[in-house]
Amino acid sequence: MPVENGIGAAVRRKEDQRFITGNGNYLDDMNKVGQAYGYFLRSPHAHAKINGINLDAAKAAPGVVDIFTGADMAADGIGGLICGWGITSKDGSPHNAPPHNSMAIDAVRHVGDQVAFVIADSLQQAKDAAELIDVDYAELPPVTDISRALSGGAPQIHEEAPGNVCYDWELGDKDAVDAAFASAAKVSKIDLVNNRLSPNPMEPRAALGEFDPGSEELTLYTTSQNPHVARLIMSAFLAIAPENKLRVVAPDVGGGFGSKIFVYAEETVTVWAARKINRPVKWTADRSEAFMTDAHGRDHVTHAELAMDDEGHILGFRVSTKANLGAYLSTFASAVPTYLYGTLLNGQYKIPSIYVEVLAGFTNTTPVDAYRGAGRPEATYVVERMMETAARDLNMDPTEFRMKNFIQPDAYPYETPVIMTYDSGDYPANMNAAKGLIDYAGFAARKAQSEANGKIRGIGCAAYIEACGIAPSAAVGSLGAGVGLWESAEVRFNPTGSVTVFTGSHSHGQGHETTFAQIIADKLGVPIESVEVVHGDTDKVPFGMGTYGSRSLAVGGSAIVKAVDKIVEKSKKIAAHLMEAAVEDIEHEHGVFSVAGTDKQMTMGEIAFAAYVPHNYPEDLEPGMAENAFYDPLNFTFPAGTHIAEVEIDPNTGVVDIVDWAASDDFGNIVNPMIVEGQVHGGVAQGIGQAMLEGVVYDDESGQLLTGSYMDYCMPRADDLPSFKIDTTGTVCPSNPLGVKGCGEAGAIAAPAALMNAITNALGKDIDMPATPEKVWRAANA
Amino acid sequence: MYSFDYERPSGVNDAAASLGEDDKVLAGGQTLLPTLKLRLAQAGKLVDLSGIDELKGISSNGSELSIGAMTRHVDVADSAEVRSAIPALADLASHIGDAQVRNRGTIGGSVANNDPAADYPSALVALGATVHTNKRSISAEDFFVDLFETALEEDEIITKISFPVPESAAYAKFPNPASRYALVGVFVAKTSGGVRVAVTGAGPCVFRQSDMEAALSSDFSSSAISGISTDASGLNSDIHASAEYRANLVSVMAGRAVDAAS
Repeated sequence: MPVENGIGAAVRRKEDQRFITGNGNYLDDMNKVGQAYGYFLRSPHAHAKINGINLDAAKAAPGVVDIFTGADMAADGIGGLICGWGITSKDGSPHNAPPHNSMAIDAVRHVGDQVAFVIADSLQQAKDAAELIDVDYAELPPVTDISRALSGGAPQIHEEAPGNVCYDWELGDKDAVDAAFASAAKVSKIDLVNNRLSPNPMEPRAALGEFDPGSEELTLYTTSQNPHVARLIMSAFLAIAPENKLRVVAPDVGGGFGSKIFVYAEETVTVWAARKINRPVKWTADRSEAFMTDAHGRDHVTHAELAMDDEGHILGFRVSTKANLGAYLSTFASAVPTYLYGTLLNGQYKIPSIYVEVLAGFTNTTPVDAYRGAGRPEATYVVERMMETAARDLNMDPTEFRMKNFIQPDAYPYETPVIMTYDSGDYPANMNAAKGLIDYAGFAARKAQSEANGKIRGIGCAAYIEACGIAPSAAVGSLGAGVGLWESAEVRFNPTGSVTVFTGSHSHGQGHETTFAQIIADKLGVPIESVEVVHGDTDKVPFGMGTYGSRSLAVGGSAIVKAVDKIVEKSKKIAAHLMEAAVEDIEHEHGVFSVAGTDKQMTMGEIAFAAYVPHNYPEDLEPGMAENAFYDPLNFTFPAGTHIAEVEIDPNTGVVDIVDWAASDDFGNIVNPMIVEGQVHGGVAQGIGQAMLEGVVYDDESGQLLTGSYMDYCMPRADDLPSFKIDTTGTVCPSNPLGVKGCGEAGAIAAPAALMNAITNALGKDIDMPATPEKVWRAANA
Repeated sequence: MYSFDYERPSGVNDAAASLGEDDKVLAGGQTLLPTLKLRLAQAGKLVDLSGIDELKGISSNGSELSIGAMTRHVDVADSAEVRSAIPALADLASHIGDAQVRNRGTIGGSVANNDPAADYPSALVALGATVHTNKRSISAEDFFVDLFETALEEDEIITKISFPVPESAAYAKFPNPASRYALVGVFVAKTSGGVRVAVTGAGPCVFRQSDMEAALSSDFSSSAISGISTDASGLNSDIHASAEYRANLVSVMAGRAVDAAS
């Protein structure tokens, strides 16, 4: 019997009441007694040597508390920012990781690079003083384009990275792929650009540092997706403070999309400076700073080739990618174009051999790191644009070509040539569901109707796969990760039967307060109103790894289930004692404990009370009802599905109207279908943004950021989007106790390829993202 | 934002008298305030016109529509007088920026700013409007001089704009997908004195497409201008659109405006 508001119920989000009534507790809402304000002086140049910084006039300006530079931090023994994932190049050498100081010491390497931190009584005074800082720059030629950066003769950005190379990585069996191509009846080829994106969470990054001279504890309030990881890095590598003297709090956070995973210069400087001035100091990015300094996403240039036999069976897949990492290595930047990308190039297909090589390099641009999907959208874009191209080359219906090559539902576990073991799925079912939703069979008639109206209609699909629930710690450790990727939870009953759940996951829009409460309601019969979810404070919750890669439910939720299992186990002992039965005779369902074969039963609330008031209690059993658990996943999860886009193009203007969208996603079991639907909508919107609207543009000659505001960087808006037809045909995930796979990124992963396949289907030729009206107009009229 | 002084006079003459060399007029502030906040501009004093009642309001006498300089976009869009006299003008106003901009921005502020991608300049030029100031009256064509440049003198304040009511008119806008300003906007007006076609967004300043005007004066139909192109040299080219694409959009938008006005 289903439990009210339990697993599978479309419960309205508990947290939304406070968010939409302005009662959220976001970072810039927080203020501390005596607080000063910080402002970063940033480089106006893309590439320059710093000959000197004169702070004299600025320090004398009204209201200035102090001004710090990179040299001050170095003198204080504070280390640089680190990259937490080591990649090994083809030749066995470790990747080149040049120094990444929180503030420039002798050079700046992208527009917006931090040069000095000005602290004053007011933000206006800090900004006024910053204008008085005299920096002696010697400008150097910049390079922003990755292909040019990696070609000979480009400006050298770091001494430690000759030729601007970070690594030259490979995965797969090159010889087997060469042999497959040698025997192929047909080879299809494609060249692709995966455009650079700015993450644009609604809440800009911010940091507030506070020092307690009595306890010597430093507190950093920050916009983070993983406060414990931030604390670990700041303590272990930067030596800001010992871990036990550093508290990191990430309160309500207004969106992240990956960009708030990373440890940024600004938060390290802010918390360090709070101790230096012995006064709270707050920094909040403005939108211009967000464009310049929030880690960007994507920016790949790829050539791919597919070998097939004469019946259209895939024989081998060869991929060569150049990845732009920006000016410095961000926290997990190295992993994104390698183990989060190359490992997904198998897609949903039986591909006997795959070989991928990735040449990653530095440019005078904002660092690039994980952004919604992180490597998997790039992989899906390559695989699914490749499949579409191959089908067109073969004159086959692209959905039939995919069907012919799909891994079949009885083939799991399925080992790919790129070190993944898929655990479950039914790709033909999702494909068929999506085709049904969009009336694929009726497309030809609709296309004819469009043509009669002077429009060009196109249809395209993407059968994506992703790896979520990152990830088994031993597996990622063997691939270079510097951390384990388990998750923690504590389930703590109060004597009156209400529950507090402490999770190492972090919600910045995902709805954990609702979804996790539903798990407790379902498993233990506690009303969701009586469940409080606490996250985001290293002083409150056990060490946790945070939220990214659609991992919260699969990994964090599983940790909660493990803690619940311990609660149930203990409760059975108490119930057996109180009902004078044997423990093995106690049955449990949804928080009701009964004696088998009798009508005797107790509720979870009664047992929790007994545990806190143990007057009549089992001997040798600890009182209290609180359990914690750490869960290390057995495998990645593999959400997959098919999205189909249908477009109508006006050849006179190049405007693409997305007339229909069907998505059939296998997310495994679903806890809250309303939240899942919202995640799909948001993800698809971001994917459509990438395909048609968004794109960071630098002037390659000056290195200046040309898309530094919403006047020039185009975000998707409601009127750019169609209504979505959504289906969640699924298979249960066998790799975690909830049977869930993760839904946070699927839309952003599937949508770009689906939409570009539809647009190129209409045009009959390839164009690159973003498919702006002018590009489409030129292609339609060439 | 740098610090500045602030005044809110109740009369136009007081406002003009208080304007010094480094001062700026605050009409709706939808361009000025963001520019100040980004420290891209600095003002000794902001002279806020919002307290001057005589600058607000809409009136019509059947042959001429008059709109006070401090009339907000939303008021033009919703005005029964404007919808009756020149519905194309109400339609144009209803698509400026977003709801927040339309609730603050004013016709006088927009016209005085002369942003090359603003919507209103095309309407003023196509309709043969007159810009009235505290000193004189200026024809729209003389008023818009160049990129962000108008005929206004330092201490001159727009009081109202008067539009002769045309036989028919329409505005077709191709919005910049990012900013929603006009990448190209074409305002076509059929008047007793002939047809006028004014283009915004495409060039550094609003301009008339005289080849189209000539063709439309003898045959007011989109087919009459289907073969007329606009010289791309001198048009804007940026990361959003090349001059060539903008020239194409002038033709497409002009055709749509004519269809809508027919």
